[in-house]
Amino acid sequence: MRKNKFAVLNFPGSNCEKDCHFVIEHILKQDCKYIWHEETDINNVDCIIIPGGFSYGDYLRTGSIAAQSKIAKSLKKYSRQGGTIIGICNGFQILTELKLLPGTLLRNRSLNFICKEVNLVVNNKSRFTSKYNHNQVVKVPIAHAEGNYFASSTIQKELIKNNQIIFSYCDKDGNINNSSNPNGSLNGIAGITNKEGNVLGMMPHPERVSEKVFGNIDGLGVFESILDFHKN
Amino acid sequence: MNNLPFALENGLTKDEYVSIVKKLNREPNANEIGVIAAMWSEHCSYKSSKFYLKKLPTKGKHVIQGPGENAGIIDIGDNQCAVFKIESHNHPSFIEPYQGAATGVGGILRDVFTMGARPIALMNSLRFGNPKLKITKKLINGVVSGIAGYGNCMGIPTVGGEVYFDKSYNGNPLVNAFALGITTKDKIFLGRADGPGNPVYYLGAKTGKDGVKGAIMASDVFENEEELDKPTVQIGDPFKEKLLLEACLELFQNKGIIGIQDMGAAGLTSSASEMAFRSDNGIMLNLDKVPKRDSSINAYEMLLSESQERMLLVMKEKSSSKINKIFKKWHLDSTEIGEVIKEKNFIVNFKGKTVVNIPVSILTEDCPVYKRPVKSPKAIKLKDGKALKLKFSNKKLASLFKKIIKDENICSRRWVYEQFDYMVGTNTITEPGSDSAVIRIKNTKKALALTTNCNSGYCKLNPKKGSNIAVAECTRNIIASGAKPLAITNCLNFGNPEKKEIMWQFAKAIDGISEAVLEFNTPVISGNVSLYNENKSDSINPTPVISMVGLIKDIKNKRDQFYKNNNDSILLIGKIKNDYGSSIVSKYVKELKNKYKEPTINLKEHSKINNFIMKINEKYKIQSIHDISEGGLAVSMLESCFNRNSLKGAMIDLNCLNLQNILQIFSETQGCYQISCKKEIAKKILGESKKNKIYAKEIGYVTENYFSIKDYFNVKIQDIHKLWSKSFPR
Repeated sequence: MRKNKFAVLNFPGSNCEKDCHFVIEHILKQDCKYIWHEETDINNVDCIIIPGGFSYGDYLRTGSIAAQSKIAKSLKKYSRQGGTIIGICNGFQILTELKLLPGTLLRNRSLNFICKEVNLVVNNKSRFTSKYNHNQVVKVPIAHAEGNYFASSTIQKELIKNNQIIFSYCDKDGNINNSSNPNGSLNGIAGITNKEGNVLGMMPHPERVSEKVFGNIDGLGVFESILDFHKN
Repeated sequence: MNNLPFALENGLTKDEYVSIVKKLNREPNANEIGVIAAMWSEHCSYKSSKFYLKKLPTKGKHVIQGPGENAGIIDIGDNQCAVFKIESHNHPSFIEPYQGAATGVGGILRDVFTMGARPIALMNSLRFGNPKLKITKKLINGVVSGIAGYGNCMGIPTVGGEVYFDKSYNGNPLVNAFALGITTKDKIFLGRADGPGNPVYYLGAKTGKDGVKGAIMASDVFENEEELDKPTVQIGDPFKEKLLLEACLELFQNKGIIGIQDMGAAGLTSSASEMAFRSDNGIMLNLDKVPKRDSSINAYEMLLSESQERMLLVMKEKSSSKINKIFKKWHLDSTEIGEVIKEKNFIVNFKGKTVVNIPVSILTEDCPVYKRPVKSPKAIKLKDGKALKLKFSNKKLASLFKKIIKDENICSRRWVYEQFDYMVGTNTITEPGSDSAVIRIKNTKKALALTTNCNSGYCKLNPKKGSNIAVAECTRNIIASGAKPLAITNCLNFGNPEKKEIMWQFAKAIDGISEAVLEFNTPVISGNVSLYNENKSDSINPTPVISMVGLIKDIKNKRDQFYKNNNDSILLIGKIKNDYGSSIVSKYVKELKNKYKEPTINLKEHSKINNFIMKINEKYKIQSIHDISEGGLAVSMLESCFNRNSLKGAMIDLNCLNLQNILQIFSETQGCYQISCKKEIAKKILGESKKNKIYAKEIGYVTENYFSIKDYFNVKIQDIHKLWSKSFPR
């Protein structure tokens, strides 16, 4: 069977690129290469992962400098052509700065960095989540200081109308409320796609819960869903 | 002696200056004074501690590199090795908590990756004063966010540590940072400058005026806040360090590297002279070529700057184009700035003049070593707890239990570790909050367990026994996670060594550590000393912080401290005695306050119990192992109930222990564990314990909802968990 080709982008300051790479190669058993931010040719891959980290030290604004790097133009083109892009944590921040996803990510409500496992309710109507049940509650860790999603009320309406909200912070029973919201995100938004559905940004780290050794493989479904989409 | 005043200003004593003049046969110039003073500072020279440090056991079959290099190295099998060290950043963290703590992390990381290892875990040991003081809150917030800011950005998980409060740390918090990396035996790099004629390269960030004289400041005692000297604190840039890490690891794939060392305390001076010294050579530097942040910087400042994120490299041959290509990719400077020379001198040229020309030996082996006088303090008569008879109503006992759970040294540390990315790297298989953090090693069955400990209250009562206990508690934490203890690194935080009683504490602590590491076969492979930790009124408690690393050969033997299944038996292994000295319970019972001796410890017995636990863990499927330490058996069992997946309860019956006093549930006896396992397995373990003459008793079983001690008290687990979770003084 043809192996799927994944690629993980690498910016100065990325620090989850190896974690994503490991899951794709060792757990999903697919091909995965690194793409350096100065490259411009990103064709011939099925899915691009923009990993977490502190690209360019988070200077100026998280993700803003990465969005000006050489690869940005190619990424936009890849997205226009319908290519699959998933941005995790800093990757999500970069995607909003690239305007490939609407809205922005503000400083956490507590003003502190937060690292912990949170509950997410999954909308399975996307190429990134088809392997989950609809409204399934999963446990995936977050690790960020700027994950507080914000968007104008017009964008909000759009997101809901187009079914773009894919992950929302919730309690263990799937209720989205203030006390289950770790960072102050609008409506508990943890992950969204673009209108076309080929670009996903999410603050939680699915690659951190994709192996049995962690006692939790709730994140693996994201990668399996992408694989499933590209098989067909 | 024209330059004597300047020498004194730089922290040298008159006697020291006289001996320098004698050695040089002339007076040193201002630059030379600065360089010598930095290298002769307590921080760089270990002049007060060296005499004692030599006594520490440092050898073992598995030790690849002991003390004396940037970090120590142990063999962990399969051609792999673990590189680790702990270091203090106490004084800078008091002056400027965020930057002080952040650069502490940065410095220890460079010590590890300069040896060729990719860092995979960080820990920290933090000590603050009275938690009710405003300044303590400011310090905690600054220090914790500084560590988070640096470690998180570097993408290296902070997986464990300790936070302790004691009023002796008022005005002098302790911030000790630990880093561990992994490499293979054929990819170890040392801080050497072999081969006269070989080029010396400067790598990393540009040199600025920050941190000038930091090494000298590290040994100041702060009298008041106005005296605080902010410009001596370095400014960290974790992004730059991340680039430096990746660039260095890429560089290490090349051939022809002779040696590399990070520019830490006393920056360019210490790295260059130490590398030359280790190879019995000299070194010549041209400061005109040093990348500068500011063109007005002079030779003195350049030599003593502690600007962060810089390395010094010696190559076999000129390799500028190869090096520049890598460093340019990572947006970093790399420049040839000098060469190794045969003449054993440290020679520095700047603007066409030789500004320093002194023997390397004066900066290294000829630094003074003081055998400072020691004197034991006046003995205070303390009791042992054997005769203690105290009656407690059940109601009073339950309320005492709650007070202990809320205590600042017992309650949950989640607020702290949630600010650290403890998962990045996807190796953390036991998160902070259990006995040890456990890091798996990808593509093997192995994992490493890490822990750090020191109960300075015990050390204050008896520095030798307290140090025994610090090592012993580490072994229990390591063993409770299913690992075998391998080696330690230590950070020895003490007061002013010129005071005889302080030096006595130091000498005793060294004895205590030595005795224990010999018994447990966990040699000291690296470490750091921080002296002059005092405030206006007093010294800190003697605080020899011990960090230990252990190996799990097969991760199927990994354990954590949490109860898992209802009806699993709970076994106590090791006999609980009456140990109340500096215990948590003694804070809340006035009859116990300041009247009792430090906990008893019998290293031989302790070792026997350790071996027994390791043996049964390999043989049987044990569900949880947790040691007994601060707060005693009661706190240990309660902590085991706090399983993150679902809270558990326990039904405990202590009748079989024949306690003479119910307060023994809080006794801090050393060498005890409590474990949980299926009933059938418990029977077998009890059988084995008899055969091995190990004290073991079945004291209860795992339940849900309630934590109950039969005939005494019964508390709702959710309530007490809430109390424990919310009490951290932030």
